[in-house]
Amino acid sequence: MPHVALPHTGTDKAWRDAARGLVARRVPPDEVTWSRGAAEEDLFAQAPEQVAQTRATLKVPRDFVSLAGSVVWHRDPERFARLYAMLWRLRSEKGLMEDRGDAALAKLRSMEKAVHRDRHKMTAFVRFREIGARDLPRRRFAAWFEPTHFTLEPTAPFFARRFADMDWMIATPDLTAVFENGELGFAEGQPKPDIPEDATEELWGTYFRNIFNPARLKVGAMMSEMPKKYWKNLPEARHIPEMIASAGARAEAMQAAAPTLPPLRAAKITERLAAPSVVRAMADDLDQLRAEENACTRCPLYENATQAVPGEGPRDADLMVVGEQPGDQEDLAGRPFVGPAGQMFDRIAREAGIDRSRAFVTNAVKHFKFAPKGKRRIHQNPNTGEIKACRFWLQSEIELVRPKLILSMGGTAAESLTGSRKGILSRRGTVEETAEGVPVFLTVHPSYLLRLPDPALRDDETEKFRADLKSAQAHLEELRAS
Amino acid sequence: MTAHSLERKLAILSDAARYDASCASSGTAKRNSKDGKGLGSTEGSGICHAYAPDGRCISLLKILMTNFCIFDCAYCVNRVSSNTERARFSVDEVVKLTLEFYRRNYIEGLFLSSGIIQSPDKTMEDMVRIAKKLRLEESFRGYIHLKTIPEASEELIEQAGLYADRVSINVEMPTDASVTQYAPEKKPDTIRRAMAGVRMRKEAAKDKSHTGKRPPRFAPAGQSTQMIIGADGSNDATILGQSTRLYSSYGLKRVYYSAFSPIPDATAKLPLIKPPLMREHRLYQADWLMRFYGFDAGEITAGTDGNLDLAIDPKLAWALRNRHAFPVDPMRADREALLRVPGFGAKTVGRIIAARRHRRLRWDDLVRMGANMKNARPFVTLADWTPGALLDAPDLAARFAPQPEQLSLF
Repeated sequence: MPHVALPHTGTDKAWRDAARGLVARRVPPDEVTWSRGAAEEDLFAQAPEQVAQTRATLKVPRDFVSLAGSVVWHRDPERFARLYAMLWRLRSEKGLMEDRGDAALAKLRSMEKAVHRDRHKMTAFVRFREIGARDLPRRRFAAWFEPTHFTLEPTAPFFARRFADMDWMIATPDLTAVFENGELGFAEGQPKPDIPEDATEELWGTYFRNIFNPARLKVGAMMSEMPKKYWKNLPEARHIPEMIASAGARAEAMQAAAPTLPPLRAAKITERLAAPSVVRAMADDLDQLRAEENACTRCPLYENATQAVPGEGPRDADLMVVGEQPGDQEDLAGRPFVGPAGQMFDRIAREAGIDRSRAFVTNAVKHFKFAPKGKRRIHQNPNTGEIKACRFWLQSEIELVRPKLILSMGGTAAESLTGSRKGILSRRGTVEETAEGVPVFLTVHPSYLLRLPDPALRDDETEKFRADLKSAQAHLEELRAS
Repeated sequence: MTAHSLERKLAILSDAARYDASCASSGTAKRNSKDGKGLGSTEGSGICHAYAPDGRCISLLKILMTNFCIFDCAYCVNRVSSNTERARFSVDEVVKLTLEFYRRNYIEGLFLSSGIIQSPDKTMEDMVRIAKKLRLEESFRGYIHLKTIPEASEELIEQAGLYADRVSINVEMPTDASVTQYAPEKKPDTIRRAMAGVRMRKEAAKDKSHTGKRPPRFAPAGQSTQMIIGADGSNDATILGQSTRLYSSYGLKRVYYSAFSPIPDATAKLPLIKPPLMREHRLYQADWLMRFYGFDAGEITAGTDGNLDLAIDPKLAWALRNRHAFPVDPMRADREALLRVPGFGAKTVGRIIAARRHRRLRWDDLVRMGANMKNARPFVTLADWTPGALLDAPDLAARFAPQPEQLSLF
């Protein structure tokens, strides 16, 4: 029966080459034995030649390659044979790699998981101690670690990527990794070397003891992630028994302690910070109006929005543009008409000859109404109550700016300004009046155009919208002239 | 004030930092120091380098720059009115501690927070200086998390995001009213605006300019926040509603829930309690259901008194209240339905869907795929298993309740 002895380093590649050769020679799994180390046998010596011939013919799922790449580092002596048996089956069983219910695959997957965990714990629990003088051009560190599996070789590159500007050595019973001047090499395993304690360990212990919250003792959670087998090589672990033992008493002492009097400086500081709250009467200019809008709690919409989005534009604008409500982007930025619909409005308004910088733009409702959906916010129409509550602010803006014409876009703006949102498509392009007698030019909201799925229809509607804006501009010029 | 040794400062300023729950170091841009000119790497998943007996992972050097603070937040050990011992690190001390700890493989990087001294801008400026020195002068390529001060100027937050992997701003309490009550100097709308600012900057950093050049990345590991649970009267429905809003509004990576835990020198305004650790755990489970299992906050708390059941997990509790949706046949059900089966995790569901294309699955297959069949039992039908009357059994909920524990005498 052929026997394959695999080398101590490069085991993964050696197994792959040997397995490929065996499959090519149609050697079934029960006719081959495997080992790590031991004398090299004939077959292994011949393997490279056979590999060259067979490389192209053996195809296995990529998933198996990565599985084997991990499982070879497991300490179970059966790992090579188990992998080879799986490889043998893969030649004929399609979809085997996707079947987590298969017992042999489940076993290999659990071994793979054990190796991953062992590798991960190595990256976490290796503790370097400084062994050279600090002023060397490359500082020198060493560590002793006892992994459960043969995981130093596959894990050493992690340390090389992380600690590239220093020299280091990680010694384990099976293998030693040495990194010097940017070169990673391996040497025989060794018994625990004598690495003198590092002064920084004292500070690390201080940190470990103080970051611990004695009021939430959960020893089980710690033990499952940092099992005792690792403790002997972790400098901080020596503090654990005392930390657990004193936790209860410390937590009780905190609860039992009577509140103390604040230090003298506290009152002075707190007093200085408590900003004098100015009681504002009627709004008399835009800045103050903005501040008041931001503090508005007239309807529940303020609870979920980031901020109120006040109107923006020159104090003496003769055109006021009123949209529905701020959207996602406006809510974040605190400025109206900066989202997709606002950008579309800007573009078409420019084409229609409206000077956007001379218009005052605002919304009928000042807070964004939405329904959360995962990582997005879905726009919701404000209801009549919310529109009414916010009418106060829109009215205040109109009174301050005193526009000659208001461009009302969409149903919500129409409802707020004229009292009705009905039949907006038949009323578009006409001029109505607010209750106070300010002329209101009605049209649709630009987001309506954005929502149209049919490109031809959208082009049509965009054209109508542009015509509306042109006619609004013409009307404004008439009003200016008169 | 007497001058403290570095060790004493570290003791005071890590003690003061322990109430921040986050210690994540994952999900940032990949970096390494293979060029030999710097120190450190980040490779996607974070590493927990140690665990303290409170069961929390220690991944980062989590410290305050200083625990002097001009604010008076009732829940906080560092509030101005507390008599806790105060200390302050210099920029160089923080940089040195971070690098020396990192070289010995104790940590993944730095999580720097601070009490507010003089002014929010002055404090943020010093914090940014530490991050900048680590990155630019020391070529540190490990992980940096900066706790951002919401009142600080936009330029400083912009810089923070340039050097840090993650920035976070704590909402502190589940409702605005509680923030106003317990943290009188903090303004909920300022906090929200700051989080909105981080999201906008992060999005702006994704857009290529007209020359096709990418602007520098802004906080590649995103932003997170934390709220304290159990200090105010908010119920779980309120808390989860707030999280839903935060996730949808500001693209947060995580919302952390921190059970209100006794602090030294507590204030009379906020009596100490035993930290509600189980409640915190259930909230994290519910948070997971919202982010990875397609549940929304309303479903999770519908049919309860507004609080999650502490005895059983929220997914099982939902299934028990919605038995009409079961049993589910793993051979036929779609992913959404499978994700709602108690005992099936997201990975198990992926394995079921991959394997069922090839053959019929049985009980033992599901066990091997990682399903917790003890929980799934009444909710699935298989070729070799039907729950029969079990699903409708009136005592089904009771069967899942934990065994009564004998009360401890002390």
